[in-house]
Amino acid sequence: MKEKFLGHSVVRKEGREKVTGRARYVDDLAFPDASPEMIHGATVRSSVARGRILGIRYGDGIPWHEFTIVTAADIPGKNEITLIEHDQPCLAAGMIHHPEEPVVLLAHPDRYLLEQARQAVHIDVEPLPAIFTIEDSLSGREIIWGKDNVFKSYRVNKGDVDSAWARADVIVEGEYRTGAQEQLYIENQGMVALASPADGVTLWGSMQCPYYVHKALTLLFGLPAEKIRVIQAETGGGFGGKEEYPSMIAAHAALLAWKSGKRVKIVYDRAEDMAATTKRHPSRTRHRTGVTRDGKLVAMDIDFVIDGGAYATLSAVVLSRGTIHAAGPYSCPNVRIRAQTVATNAPPHGAFRGFGAPQSIFALERHLDQVARAVHLTPEEFRRRNFIRKGQTTATGQVIHEDVDLNALLDRALRESDYHAKLERFARENPGAAVKRGMGLACFCHGAGFTGSGEVTLASVVEMEATREGCVRILAASTEIGQGTNTIFSQIAADALGIGCDRIEIAQPDTGAVPNSGPTVASRTAMIVGKLVEEAALALKRTLLESGLLNDACTEEEFARACQSYIETRGPLRSRSQYEPPPGLHWDDATYSGDAYGAYAWAVYVAEVAVDTVTFEARVTDFVAVQEVGKAINPALAAGQIEGGVAQAIGMALYENVVWREGRMANGQMTNYIMPTAADVPPIRVFFEEQPYPFGPHGAKGIGELPMDGPAPAILNAIENATDICLREIPATPENIMEAMTEKVGAHG
Amino acid sequence: MRANVPSYDLRVPENLPEALALLAREPGTWQPFAGGTDLMVLLEAGKLAQKRFFSLAKLAELRGIEVTADAVTLGALTTYTAVRNDPALQAEFPLLCSAARETGGIATQNRGTLGGNIANASPAADSPPALLAYDAELELISQRGARWTPYHGFHTGYKKMQIAPDELLGRIRLPRRARPWRQYYRKVGTRKAQAISKVCFAGAARMEAGTIGDIRIALGSIAPIVLRAVKTEDALRGKRITPAAISAAQECLAGKIAPIDDIRSTARYRLRVAQNLLEEFLLQLAR
Amino acid sequence: MADTVAKIKIACTVNGERRSVQAYPMARLLDVLREEMHLTGTKEGCGEGECGACAVLLDGAIVNSCLVPAIDAGGAEIRTIEGIAGGEQLHAVQAAFLECGGAQCGICTPGMVIAALALLDRYPHPGDAEIREGLAGNLCRCTGYQKIFASVVRACEARPAQPEKKR
Repeated sequence: MKEKFLGHSVVRKEGREKVTGRARYVDDLAFPDASPEMIHGATVRSSVARGRILGIRYGDGIPWHEFTIVTAADIPGKNEITLIEHDQPCLAAGMIHHPEEPVVLLAHPDRYLLEQARQAVHIDVEPLPAIFTIEDSLSGREIIWGKDNVFKSYRVNKGDVDSAWARADVIVEGEYRTGAQEQLYIENQGMVALASPADGVTLWGSMQCPYYVHKALTLLFGLPAEKIRVIQAETGGGFGGKEEYPSMIAAHAALLAWKSGKRVKIVYDRAEDMAATTKRHPSRTRHRTGVTRDGKLVAMDIDFVIDGGAYATLSAVVLSRGTIHAAGPYSCPNVRIRAQTVATNAPPHGAFRGFGAPQSIFALERHLDQVARAVHLTPEEFRRRNFIRKGQTTATGQVIHEDVDLNALLDRALRESDYHAKLERFARENPGAAVKRGMGLACFCHGAGFTGSGEVTLASVVEMEATREGCVRILAASTEIGQGTNTIFSQIAADALGIGCDRIEIAQPDTGAVPNSGPTVASRTAMIVGKLVEEAALALKRTLLESGLLNDACTEEEFARACQSYIETRGPLRSRSQYEPPPGLHWDDATYSGDAYGAYAWAVYVAEVAVDTVTFEARVTDFVAVQEVGKAINPALAAGQIEGGVAQAIGMALYENVVWREGRMANGQMTNYIMPTAADVPPIRVFFEEQPYPFGPHGAKGIGELPMDGPAPAILNAIENATDICLREIPATPENIMEAMTEKVGAHG
Repeated sequence: MRANVPSYDLRVPENLPEALALLAREPGTWQPFAGGTDLMVLLEAGKLAQKRFFSLAKLAELRGIEVTADAVTLGALTTYTAVRNDPALQAEFPLLCSAARETGGIATQNRGTLGGNIANASPAADSPPALLAYDAELELISQRGARWTPYHGFHTGYKKMQIAPDELLGRIRLPRRARPWRQYYRKVGTRKAQAISKVCFAGAARMEAGTIGDIRIALGSIAPIVLRAVKTEDALRGKRITPAAISAAQECLAGKIAPIDDIRSTARYRLRVAQNLLEEFLLQLAR
Repeated sequence: MADTVAKIKIACTVNGERRSVQAYPMARLLDVLREEMHLTGTKEGCGEGECGACAVLLDGAIVNSCLVPAIDAGGAEIRTIEGIAGGEQLHAVQAAFLECGGAQCGICTPGMVIAALALLDRYPHPGDAEIREGLAGNLCRCTGYQKIFASVVRACEARPAQPEKKR
């Protein structure tokens, strides 16, 4: 198959709409000629972290008779937002388990009056003791979920860690923490709903996974699948933050629509979005690592805990990914990972790019720099002595079948970043300098697609349909959220069919019209769904070839004529492809071992930092990201993913601090939750290596989440190189750097 | 958007006498509205208690930058962008231009005004430390007439000012100095741009052969009001800049400022950095 | 219920067209554009003047329309993203964003294009520091800004060939 488009930086398919302001996001949608009228919806939430609901009072001065008011009692089906467990209600009734928990919904045509009304509803709650930290949750002093506050635990056992310590010359321990992080997509969450017993439920909104919303609403309303229709509007960023939460806001909009008979729009303002929606799981990782005196890993004992907030949601899956990535791209014969996700009385934490891996990889890559130091090796040399190679096994016992060459990636990263020369120069210049500079690195991998048998369970489907004009429409539930889904699907299909990219149409993700190609998460869209797009395109072409209406080497005009001819004489020209797992993958859920992912992307990142000893601010001044990705389907889009992910991870490492007060985010405004501006980001220099993955489209692996994993540990490693302070927690705020530097000076007298 | 927008009144007086008459007639009822970059944020958060505003947009007397032999005088409606672009300010009052450059982003600078910044009275404001370092004077106007008052001492407590209910801030006067002073401004924010300050330092000094002839030190975000560190100035006036003098000044400063823990930073950080900035300023003077 | 003030007539020029709407005096210009004038290209990202998604040109200067009261739009010349292209012909800045990958999810893009235009108005050939400063008031969560910088540089290179747009 010719690669006319694949591997080229084809311009973004919906780019023109975006640069002209014509792209329609949920808050832009107008339904001018269709009745019923559209009214606004708002959510009344608990201000107490935990307690018993005693009553709801509706204040004076509001014309309540004009309002649609919905409580749990109005829910036709199950009062539940279904994900894995069945613990999270759509609207709280009886008990409150976290601040901002939704209790009452209101709708009215006047959005100013609606806001006054929202402020006039009082939820009376008898408070119960609440817990807010991992330690408090594990202590058992207050049980807030299940029998022991533990949503899920996993255990990975490779070899025999307990007997391996005897063979270690040096043992190093460390504890590392990461805080919550807000996804901070620039478009706030929103949904528009139309719902009635006669017509069913229709939703338009900002989301990553139309079929997740679909499933949640069938259960909420007790309606069959064909009565719920979910349509994705142009979505202004997701990063995982629009994986689970849209089901909640969709449910709310739909309930108000159901009761009012009107079209209802709920769009959050930034304060509500930050306060009430999901964040990255905070984590605590404890490492105990045994190495020989020449720096070979002998035993790794890892304790990994993540805070899931008040309900289970997807914490078990976040835990899974974090667990599997916890021991990194290294060969170690004995590995034990004990992992748990626990409940606290905070709004549930959720998916955020990386999904557990950034947390566990932060701990590992910080820790390995300490281990290297303990055996008098450089960070670089220690990694080289332990990198996993073809034929060796990961912590879960997965044999690496590809010719992974992390040494080569490391070589390239060090070369591109001028690492050694800078290390040497900074070592010379730092003494006496007000601004100290340093270099740090991180080596890691990220598995693409759902873990283990997840993709088989998803059984994703893509359909394709040709038009009389010779255009081909792709029907998939995979959403464009900025990462380039529309564009790469077009490229893949165009090359497979031998027609122009502009002849490919992407159907709007609408559960009424497209099959379930699975959620737009887990770095799976290019690798898994892209492959299905390719197969469906090839199948469609095959149908035409077998019909005799077309030769393989055809022009676009011939293709169009063949489509027209086929459709006129034989009916619709369609194809369908469904996921089949690559051969030889085996995963055992019971022992948590085996082939966790079909493919890993591999990476080495290098950060250069400057630490100002007057203000204690750390800045990243240069960043090099080298990764092996199978195949960059669209190099500009692929680089865009890495650049954006690195910037988000720089935020995670240095700037983004969620300030918690009694389970609620106290700094829930953009003024006080700090993400990097154009003035804060360094040059981010991206380099790709390509070693095709046989089961991805043209060899592509997934890369969306990869860039989130490496920057934070590389940056803190660089800060240590610059200043000798050993920070083990992110974000590394200037306040924390100051305290660490002061302690260090104090310790030396 | 959490405010009941229809309940907010914003009138536009056609000229200054009309505006002053409104203030005289109903003192304390109407609040001036300049660029809106502070008030609109409060409005959207549902925290703007005041409901009645009058726009200053048509009051030409409040615009413009006038240069005379003794002073540069700015109208209260001078935007940060206008400050940045003014040649006289760039030449003689660069700290004010630095402060303007560090305020929000370009969009904020196009709308935000110096008068609004003063009247909003945030202890974290970026321009006030520079104004204090320049011995700025404020003109307060009312139907009763106009009076000038030093900016130093204008703020008496958190969000409290020496302004009568019928008065309006008209102009800000910066006395020109005979010989240029050495000047230093540094804002430490949460990030490089679009940041609220954690500590802000403005310093100016007239050096006479290695001795501090006269000095001004002003800080923001370390007390309920923007502060001139008068005792620290006194401790340094007439001194040579030695390590001992710097230490003594830092200790004096620590005794006079009252930084707090808040959602942006900690008291310990603010104190330490304020002391570090003082040292950096003094070391620069010594070069 | 609190007293309500009357809506007032706001007459202004938007994208070269004379417009007249009724709005509350303290209504946000952002809402007047989006709801009264149905110009939904300008976006709300934060409602506090931090993210720049609501940026428009007001009498030639970039402002955050979420912080401008409707009354201040009276008599003003406003330019929004809808008025940047010349019909179907993209402005050089828009074309550059397309070519260089300056837009990913696109929600910050209208404000970012306005900011880029305002920047190039002040500095026809900005250096790295000027570009960063000029765009610092517009937050982007997707791109890490790298390709936005590249888009501005490309737009500068292309500009001499483009007819100068009126302010």
